[in-house]
Amino acid sequence: MPAPEQRRLIFKHIDEPGYTNDIGCYLRNGGYEVLKKAVARKPEELIDEVKKSGLRGRGGAGFPCGVKWGLVDRKSGKPIYLIVNADESEPGTFKDRYIMHQDPHQLIEGTMISCFANNVKQAYIYIRGEMPHGARILEKAIAEARAANFVGPNILGTGYSCEIFVHRGAGAYICGEETGLIESLEGKRANPRIKPPYFPAVLGLYQCPTIVNNVETLCHVKYIAEHGGAEYAKIGTPGNTGTRIFCVSGHVQRPGYYEFPAGTITMGQLLNEVCGGPLPGRKFKAVIPGGSSAKILRFGERFKGKRKVGTELVDYDWGVEDVPMDFDSLGMIGTMGGSGGVIVMDDTVNMVEALANINAFYSHESCGQCTPCREGSLWMKKITSRMVHGQARNEDAALLKSVADQIPGRTICAFGEACSWPTQSFIAKFGDEFKQYPETKKTAKPVDAVALV
Amino acid sequence: MIAPAKPDLVTVNIDGQEIAVPKGTNVIEAARLVNVDVPHYCYHPKLSVVGNCRMCLIEMGMPAVDPATKAPIMDPATGKQKINWIPRPQIGCGTNVSPGLHVKTTSPMVKDAREGVMEFLLINHPLDCPICDQAGECKLQEQATGYGRGYSRFVEQKNVKPKRTQLGPRVTLDDERCILCSRCIRFSKEIAKDDVLGFVDRGSYSTLTCYPGKKLENNYSLNTVDICPVGALTSTDFRFKMRVWFLKQTNAIDTESSVGANTVVWSREGTIYRITPRRNDEVNDTWLADSARVLYKAVKAADRLAATETIEALVARAAALFKSAPGAIAVVGSGRSTVEEQFLTRHLAHALKSSAQLVSRVGQGDKLLISADRNPNVRGALVTGLIKTLPTQQLTDLAAQIDAGKIKVVVAINEDLAAAGLTAAQLAKVSIVYLGAHANATSAAAKVVFPTLTVFEKSGTLVNQQFRIQKTLKAVPAAAGATDDLVVLSLLVAAAGGATLPAELAALWKVIAAEVPALAAMTFTNLPETGLVLDATAFAALPFVEGDSLHYKPAQPSVAAATA
Repeated sequence: MPAPEQRRLIFKHIDEPGYTNDIGCYLRNGGYEVLKKAVARKPEELIDEVKKSGLRGRGGAGFPCGVKWGLVDRKSGKPIYLIVNADESEPGTFKDRYIMHQDPHQLIEGTMISCFANNVKQAYIYIRGEMPHGARILEKAIAEARAANFVGPNILGTGYSCEIFVHRGAGAYICGEETGLIESLEGKRANPRIKPPYFPAVLGLYQCPTIVNNVETLCHVKYIAEHGGAEYAKIGTPGNTGTRIFCVSGHVQRPGYYEFPAGTITMGQLLNEVCGGPLPGRKFKAVIPGGSSAKILRFGERFKGKRKVGTELVDYDWGVEDVPMDFDSLGMIGTMGGSGGVIVMDDTVNMVEALANINAFYSHESCGQCTPCREGSLWMKKITSRMVHGQARNEDAALLKSVADQIPGRTICAFGEACSWPTQSFIAKFGDEFKQYPETKKTAKPVDAVALV
Repeated sequence: MIAPAKPDLVTVNIDGQEIAVPKGTNVIEAARLVNVDVPHYCYHPKLSVVGNCRMCLIEMGMPAVDPATKAPIMDPATGKQKINWIPRPQIGCGTNVSPGLHVKTTSPMVKDAREGVMEFLLINHPLDCPICDQAGECKLQEQATGYGRGYSRFVEQKNVKPKRTQLGPRVTLDDERCILCSRCIRFSKEIAKDDVLGFVDRGSYSTLTCYPGKKLENNYSLNTVDICPVGALTSTDFRFKMRVWFLKQTNAIDTESSVGANTVVWSREGTIYRITPRRNDEVNDTWLADSARVLYKAVKAADRLAATETIEALVARAAALFKSAPGAIAVVGSGRSTVEEQFLTRHLAHALKSSAQLVSRVGQGDKLLISADRNPNVRGALVTGLIKTLPTQQLTDLAAQIDAGKIKVVVAINEDLAAAGLTAAQLAKVSIVYLGAHANATSAAAKVVFPTLTVFEKSGTLVNQQFRIQKTLKAVPAAAGATDDLVVLSLLVAAAGGATLPAELAALWKVIAAEVPALAAMTFTNLPETGLVLDATAFAALPFVEGDSLHYKPAQPSVAAATA
């Protein structure tokens, strides 16, 4: 079956020749028309549209956006804050930065519509510390939008006022976790908060109700406000509405970002047809479908079970290539759609070394607050680094699995899962390579290997 | 006593035991009430909950109800309501009780979670228990024994961190032992209100330290040592001095101010090694000022007085002085004496046909555990009837009477008359009988000196600013050549022609109970560990100097506050 056509809602103007990130260009392309219409509507209507759209958060967890907005405590009398999570730091993910770099006004318009819908008077864009260029672009775009009265006091003469501030992080993965982000925005160490009681919808920024949405999610909100929730829900598949952006990296002919209606494209179509297949003379070995914390898939493995199509249950028997790239299908086969970062590895990759790299990242990024993640992530890193650079032992695979099993579900935030799932899945899928690694090393020792820090 | 308002009670089930606990109680505290231990490190009952150590992970569930009808779903096997167990372990510290909450603390999931956390906590811990001061009172040791696997699978290099950081003048930090529970950080911020501690670096390399340019030098810094569950924060004073299991613990009271913080005095073979706080939720919670912890140094101070004569000879000389100046004798009692001593002092003054006076000591209150009144027991003197009005800082009346020749003999008990404003000439003009533990200008000028005891060498009671009468017990034997104050006082009362009063506490309390209406129902032995609040209505009009402090608000604005 040939791959479907790309459908670019969010990336409509990305890489478009002649399209610039200033407000003039945005206005020439119909910019801020949606906001003008939106502020004339009732906020409840807009929330309703988002609920009807079935939009799921694009940050990684896929939590329904309408439900998230519905949880906000609107009776407390405290101000409601909206935070744009632009701390895109999951390895393998590079979609939000293109929106911010090339189409920042799309984000600002989506943000302002969301703020209006939720009666937010103050929004923050929390941008990753490593993206200074993006921060400058956003600052400029916000200034332009403020000058044009799309942001700031008395927006478009409606009496509604809302400010947006850009806040730069200082370079920590954990600041992408929403409560860690809130702590960081408050000027503290980004230690995620315990939930309960600190659900952002009730006790978020400055202990006020707070909405934290991903950059891409808010851009979808703009589209939903424009076309209506019901219309949006027609894109994609039930339960996985709208489009998804896939950031494909690694060993394919044409890595890059591709936007498709959710659930309409399979892994095989994406990698073989859209991305041009493996590099010459190579074969796909493994793929991580949703950012480096998602569980890895091994080409050649098969997934069997029953799934719901419409109202009935049907059997499925998929290879990796056959899996539809949506939240539910990927969840069904034991991994996740996550942030859409598809990392492809071919047969030149040694999985022990690949895991050593991932473990080095997660041990470096653990905030250090709670015990299992803090100690477990570094222990796993020490084991895999030793396997690669020192003495690998036959019992290391079993030890790694056991250490990883002691982490997920026992930590304050989802970092516990993020740091342990790679190890768990690598060992489960490539256990043979871990067992053979002491032998592999004797024959193919990486003499010039860069030490993992 | 007014009965406490009935709190909303919530019934929970912990390991099969049902218990009703007040709303807002967390699961660790609820489990404590049914004697179920939920191990934890970061949780402290007097600090905010952060839930970061993950040691208190336990299995929880709620009774199942039909989502549509809200009708309970019954389990046909047991005939009871079905319990929906949460598939992941939850933290006990951060979970407050809710009606019907079920908790399992012994299930395989909980056991596995605890073993995992224990193993993680130990992999980068130096395991230097043989040289660690915390050994013997270390939560890591106790819980590794109770809940750990008992062996290590860690073959990698341990993390290296600073070993002996001086956080301040009294606290030394070994970062390698630190398990990053953040209790000390929260204490500094929330209780001491001196936000100087924090973590730097990330992940397992996180390191506790003071913020640049700051020091942990507030007067409550040693509480961080008390609450440190491991040997990371150690008292520089106590470090490497003694193994804690050799020490005898004696309950006592902090005598540096009228707060009356509850303490434990740790001693071995007549030597005190340290003083730590004792929990009393009505007085000091679990805290104690640093300044209270060095008071024991008075026991072995170089200026301790020692008798060179027998007690009988001393009493005979005092009796002679009493006889020499009938009607011209003054008694200066002390707000630092115990209730029992003040009671005998009252009898002494009565026998000498004199009225007693006290010396007040006023400083700045710190709004926590040190109050403006630096005498621990002024209220005891009021209760026993030794004084009727509050004391002054200077004995100006006494000085005038000496100058006028109306006073020929002064009995000074634990008070330095020179410090209370009497000049050397005035001291020289009278015959002084001095009772005290340490040498000073008064003891030097005295005709008769009775070396007596420090608070650590005797038992007695003190009445704090809340009119709470509390027991302090003898931790170490009396120093050579010193006599118990009660013995000296009862002998002096007899020498002055007064009644024969017992010097032994149990017998003396019978007399006190008979003579002091406020203490009528009491004996020394039945006084509870947390003290007993006395009826203070008779003294409500007195202008006490204390301002607000932990668990205390003055009945009326203090003089200091009014004039400020």
